[in-house]
Parts: sequence; C-alpha cells; structure tokens
Amino acid sequence: MKFKDTLENYVFVLPAVAIFSIFYIIPFIWVFQLGFYDWDGILPTKIFIGLGNFQDIIFNDSSWWQAMRNAGYITLIALIFQNTLAFLLAWACDREIRLKNFYRVIFFIPPVLSEIVVGMAWRFIINDIDGANILNRMLISVGLPQLVHNWLSDPKTALTTVALVHSWKGFGWGFLIFLAGLQTIPRELYEAARVDGANAWHSFRKVTIPLMIPVIVLVAILTILGTMQAFALIIGLVGGELAGHTSVPVLRILASMRYSSRFGYACAQGISFGVVLVIISFIQYRFSRKYRQA
Amino acid sequence: MGKIKNFSFGIIILIFGFWILNFCGCAPKTTSKITTTITIWHWMTDREATFQELAKRYKTKTGIQVNFDLYAPSDAYSQKVRAAAQGENLPDIFGLLGEKRDFASFIKAGHILDLTPYMEENNSCWKNSFFEKALAVNEFSEGNSYGIKAGIYGVPIDVMTIQMLYNKDLFSDLGLNPHKPPMTFAEFLNIAKMISAAGGSASGGKAANMQGLVSGWGEVWMIDCLANNYAFNIMGEDKVLATIKGEVPYTDSDWITVLSLFAQMRDSGLLSNGIITMVNKTAEQLFATGKAVFAFNGSWCVNVYKGMNPKLNYAAMLPPKVSDKYPMRIWGGAGSSFMVNARSKNKAEAVKFLKWLTDRDQQAYLAEATNNLPANKDSLSKIPNILAQFADDMELTTHPNIWGVSEFPAVIEALDKGIQSIILGEKTAQQVASEVQKIKERELAKKVNRNS
Repeated sequence: MKFKDTLENYVFVLPAVAIFSIFYIIPFIWVFQLGFYDWDGILPTKIFIGLGNFQDIIFNDSSWWQAMRNAGYITLIALIFQNTLAFLLAWACDREIRLKNFYRVIFFIPPVLSEIVVGMAWRFIINDIDGANILNRMLISVGLPQLVHNWLSDPKTALTTVALVHSWKGFGWGFLIFLAGLQTIPRELYEAARVDGANAWHSFRKVTIPLMIPVIVLVAILTILGTMQAFALIIGLVGGELAGHTSVPVLRILASMRYSSRFGYACAQGISFGVVLVIISFIQYRFSRKYRQA
Repeated sequence: MGKIKNFSFGIIILIFGFWILNFCGCAPKTTSKITTTITIWHWMTDREATFQELAKRYKTKTGIQVNFDLYAPSDAYSQKVRAAAQGENLPDIFGLLGEKRDFASFIKAGHILDLTPYMEENNSCWKNSFFEKALAVNEFSEGNSYGIKAGIYGVPIDVMTIQMLYNKDLFSDLGLNPHKPPMTFAEFLNIAKMISAAGGSASGGKAANMQGLVSGWGEVWMIDCLANNYAFNIMGEDKVLATIKGEVPYTDSDWITVLSLFAQMRDSGLLSNGIITMVNKTAEQLFATGKAVFAFNGSWCVNVYKGMNPKLNYAAMLPPKVSDKYPMRIWGGAGSSFMVNARSKNKAEAVKFLKWLTDRDQQAYLAEATNNLPANKDSLSKIPNILAQFADDMELTTHPNIWGVSEFPAVIEALDKGIQSIILGEKTAQQVASEVQKIKERELAKKVNRNS
C-alpha cells in the first residue's frame, strides 16, 4: 500500500521532472562537462584539457575580468540608485497620494519592455551620430552646453550611461516587490509608534526599515543576479563592447561561442560566472541573516 | 477505491502526456504525392525577393519546389546553422558565415558535400565558369593546414571586394577634384584636415559638419580587414603569412607601422565620431545621406546606397597606400557561397539547382536585380558603372580564407580590440603590439602542448 502511494506520487510528478531534466538538468550537466574540453561546437571530436579552460579564464583572460568589473559596476549603480529609487517610489505610492494607482502602472512599464527595444530607444535619444541627439540638445537648450558629450562612444561615460539606462529599466521590479512588502507592514505599528511620540523619520527608521530587511535582501539578490547577466540592453544601446569598456560576462561568453568558435571555453566561462553569482548570493544571504539576528 | 481511481487517473494522464509528445515531435511526414523540395537557408535580406523569383522560375522549368528560408540578421543565421549542425538538421543547401577553420570543421563533421566531382565533370565546365578568386575561397588545396581532403566544397553565388568609397559632391564642396581620389596615405590625411577645417568654418554648404571616414568598426572584423590591407601594403604577403605562422612577431616594426596608421587617422580628425561603436548599417546610412566623405565598405553597399539615396554621387577607390614597395591588397573574392548538405536526401537535385543558379543568365539576373557582382565570369556585361569599379580591382583581392593558415581567434580579437584602444587614445601602437604578441606566444605554446 505504501509502495503504491509512493508510486502514485512519482507518477504524478514524472512529467514535470522529465521536462525539468530535459531542459535544465541535462543541459547543465552537458555544459559542465564541455567546460573541460577544447571544442569548436561542430567537430564530432572533443579534446579533453582538464582545467585548462578554467586556468585560462582565471590567469590569462584579462578581458573576462574587465567584463566582470564592468558588470560589478553596473550592479553597484543598480543596487544604490535603482533600488533606492524603487524603494522611495514604493514608499510614496504606499501612502495616500493622488493618482497612486496610475503611478503604480506607469512605474511598471519599463521592466516589461524588451531590453533590445529599450536599448535602441535610448540610443536614439542619446546618440549624436545615428540618433536624434535629444539629450545633448536639451542640455544646450537649458544652458548647459559644457555638458554636451558623446555619451555612448566615450569610454569614460559609456558604462555609466549603460548603468543608468539599466537602472531606469529595472527599477519597476524592485518597486513592485517593495510596495508589496510595505503593504504587509501592519498599520497598527505606525499608530503605536506615533502614540509613543515617533515622528515620520523615526517610524521609517525603526519600523519600516527593520521589517523590510527580508524584502530589501530579496530585491538586492534579484538585482545582483539580474544585473550581472544583463547584455541585451548593451547590444541595443552601445552596439558592442567599445574595446572592452562596455563588455559584460554574457557578451564575453557569446563572443567565445560565436566569434572565436570556442564552445568549451564558453562553457567554462558560463560555469565560472555561475559560481561567482552563487558565492555572491550566499554571502549576501549570510550577511542578512546575521543582521536580522542582531 | 479512491486511491485506485487516483492511480488510474495518473496512468491515464501519463499515457496522454507521452502521446502528446509523440504526436508533436515524431510523426513522420507523409505526402500523397512524391515531390522533391529543396530547402535553402540564407541571411541575405537584400536578395530575398530575387531568390524567390528565381525559385519560381526553377519550378516552372523543372517542377522542383525550391524554398528559400531567410534568417536575419547574419548573427542569428550563424547561430541557427550551428545549432542545426549539432542536431544534424541542416537543410539541403545553406551558406556558412565564418572563417576557414569553421568551414573545415563543418566538412570534418560530415555536413558539407565535396563538390569536386561535379565541378570537374564535362571538362570542368562548371568550375571554369567562375572567377578563380571566387572559387578559391571555397577550395582546400593539397596539404592544407586544416587536414581537409583537397577539393571544392562550396559554390560562390557572387563576388565582392571591400574598398574605400568617396562622395564626389562633398569632394567638390571641399574644392577637390572629384575624379582624383587620394592615392597616398599622406593625401588622405590632408583631406581629413580639410574636412575638419570645413566642419568648423561658417561657410555652410554640405561641407559643414560632415564626417570624414565612416565604417562599421563596431563590427571588429572590418577593422581587421583594413589593418590587413595596410599590412600587405607595408610588409608584403609573405611577411603577413609568416606572422600568422608565428615566424615573425607582432612587435616587428612593420606591424607597429600598421597600428600607428590608426593613431594618425585619429589625430588627423579623419575618423567619424563614434566609429568604434558604429555598426555597418549606420555607416551606410551616414554615407548614403551625404554626411561622410569616405566610407570603408564592401561592394554589397551599391544596392544598399541605391535603396537609401539613388542620387548619391560616389566612386570606389583603393585604400590610399602607405608604401610603394608592395601592392595594396583588398579583401575580396567570393561574397556569398552556398554549400550542399552531405547528409541531404536531395543531394543530386541540390547540386543541379546550384549549377542552374550560377549559370550565366541567372547570375546576370541576380547582378542586375541586387547590384552584386556575379560569380560567373560571363555575366559581367550588364552591371552598373559603380559596380564595375569594384570589379576592376578584383586582381588585387585576397582573403584570409585563401591564405592556407588561420590566426588564433584570441590573437585576432586582441589585435582588433587593440586598434580600437589606439583609436580611443588609450594605448599606443607599441603597447598593443606587445599585448598581441604575448597572446600569440601563449596560444602557440598551448598548441604545441596539445599536439604533444
């Protein structure tokens, strides 16, 4: 009887497990395997090179580490600017303000747009060569001609421009999650704080923030994981890697696969990148647990 | 009882699920009538309509259905072909974008049919109809470094050259003779200074705010192309190939001279703003709309410019030479080529179709309709004058795919990115040469280790 119950349970989950295995587990194992081979993606034979690809990535591939630094920079901007903006807007929309439902809809539009479309649209706004150069013209019209710049083709400003556009696109997700989190905070706590003499700032610091820590951590983890993997926006916005100044890990993996025909190396890059993301997420999670316990 | 019912329900769901999967993926094709259909994959958006017309004509002539499937842009097409190759799902005929080593990999994996017997039948009638350089790109010679059996594995459907173009009207605006393009690099840089001066002046007219040279250098292979052209001019073919073989270092003074040219172009103001991030489509738009004096582009641009601005008054010229010691060489030869899938059930019909497609009449029609140079020598009569200018320099063409040796991808990437860094003013020619040579030595050492 117990065996039949167990069998019945397994039969019910079998289709889902089969699909998950075919589209996630097996490809993951295959990618992991290919990371130890020198393979161009076409030849029937692969050459086993052990940790050769990983050694190359760690010790010899300066462009990979530049891409990681660039992704880290974009992520830092996202964590600070994007999430702060998302939190403040969510906090504003959580209060009783006019048109708050309208704002909720508007703020969620950028995240649902395609990254390539957003990139190309912003390229049209910002770029002075093949775009409308709207940003520079606005700067001139408001009396700031000294700020006119080749924002996307100057290596000093290209990455920051990418980071800011990415933040514009991404803040809607954080906004939604923060808003949901704010709405779970019992109102009685604010009333109790008011009765105890707390002003708005004290309520925010002593009630809102502590109760929002789990949500902030969740949004931070999602921001890191999502931003580190960004690449489509960069293709639409910049068109390429600008001599490495706007390269990110996923673009490097694509370059290894497509332009260099180094599938094994690309797989090793993917695995290395995955490990880095797992480590970052784990560190963040441990840090937030300690903070909550404290 | 309830549990038995649940269990039965689960079994039914499972069976139903497997049946659905089977129905979706595995049902064999059955047709009531046996008709041969040839499927061809390509990426050439500008030729799609012409290909469809040719397919109709072929069906009328032979009764065989030909399906041209377009997958664009070329990046997406390349990925599709690779994925299909891995799954052994390639169509009857397809094109291959990439380097000779990729071509060799496809052949070794059994994806591409050796066309040599077909080319050589009837006294090599088919083979002799092509420009030699067009066929050379699709050929592997005896003892080649890729380990491929000598033979012809692809069919060129057009030829191309990549050259400099200049806007004759803007030349006149600058006070230059529109029939005398710059022949030397020094003249080229002088014109750049004139452009910068005109751009800053209040004289107005077309010359004001114009760009110097535009090109799709966001697509790094085009930088590689121009660098190679000047490498051949400065040091000659033998030394360039010796460098690829590892016999000459990239820190050689001739290579530093090549890299320095990009610094000189930058300093003279010749290079367009944002050329490093420019895709070729943007460069084509800028040149077609009269915003740039020079463009570095391939002969396919004739059709593109015609569509963007039929009144554009321009001409082709060789990249202005640096040295008189060796000839300037330009990339060219086969533009696009088609290969036959060695595993196709319609191999014989596919080869027949390609023979028909590359016949004189079809090639003349393709050339006329798409403004691309025909691969068939006998089809040159009806091409427009501007296209003829590209064809005139065919004897100066070369291409990495006919050199017999390939540079390591990591080295090519380092060289091209290095040139981008020179243009951005971040690195000197010497620094780039040194970095490239370091990567070259590392790749050579890896190759030796793997071979041993």
